[in-house]
Amino acid sequence: MTDNAEAGAVRAALDVVPGIPCEGEAPVFEEPWQAQAFAMALALHQRGVFTWTDWATLLGEEIRNARAEGDPDDGSTYYRHWLATLERVVALKGIASSDTLGRYVHAWDHAADRTPHGQAIELRPEDFP
Amino acid sequence: MQLRVRALETVLTEKGYVDPAALDRIIEAYETRIGPHIGARVVARAWADPTFKKALLADASQAIETLGLEQKVGDHLIAVENTASTHNMIVCTLCSCYPWDVLGLPPAWYKSTPYRARTVKEPRTVLADFGVTLPADKTIRVWDSTAETRFIVLPMRPEGTEGWSEERLASLVTRDSMIGTGLAKTASEVAA
Repeated sequence: MTDNAEAGAVRAALDVVPGIPCEGEAPVFEEPWQAQAFAMALALHQRGVFTWTDWATLLGEEIRNARAEGDPDDGSTYYRHWLATLERVVALKGIASSDTLGRYVHAWDHAADRTPHGQAIELRPEDFP
Repeated sequence: MQLRVRALETVLTEKGYVDPAALDRIIEAYETRIGPHIGARVVARAWADPTFKKALLADASQAIETLGLEQKVGDHLIAVENTASTHNMIVCTLCSCYPWDVLGLPPAWYKSTPYRARTVKEPRTVLADFGVTLPADKTIRVWDSTAETRFIVLPMRPEGTEGWSEERLASLVTRDSMIGTGLAKTASEVAA
């Protein structure tokens, strides 16, 4: 994908999805995981997994539900909702259930725990519950 | 959050929905409010001001706070100083631990398995891959970051930069020089 194609893909998202924190016309992130979550949504969209209109609807539901439970309405938790939406879309589209995602979270946590300091962490079959 | 993001990325990669290299390209294309320019300011101040340097090496998080930067720097940041006898490098075995509040998003290679695995075992070879050759008698120390403790390298001040303003000094400081996979630029590499 060329830089131009990327820029176009991002603009398409910004046009439809409300609330993406931006500086000028570019999204900005407070922490690396937010950029990763953003990039994954962009990649899934490019694969045709969802449209940005669908995404905006699901993300909007996520944010409304969170606010109903007392989430601050100040944008600080935007990417938490983005990530939750991503997990939901992946389950809705039959790519991976929330159980599967949970198993991978557990496996990474386990792999991190068993790996001695100073060695690269890799997933092994025994890491899965 | 990081574990959940990592789990998603693993599942989507295994199923062929995303390509980690393509994700990295997207990530690198975006600026963050936070970038290596923050670390460069810190290094330049340390070069210019011995009192600040002492404070930085004693408690980096606290020292950086006194600079009054917009960006809040997290606790437990440790600055390690390159000297004539010692070169420092940083790595993280879990890949996401990086002093992002002073350096921005980590470069893709920092997160790669070869860098993570090889830096601990053969730092000199890794440095050579980055085009850095150090004298054989120079000690190389590798600092393994964790979620609690992160490191930033204070590179050596290049020769011939006496009397430079902090702003000009900061232009010598590259991201890689603060990770330890590079050195600061030489005076002649920076336009006057």
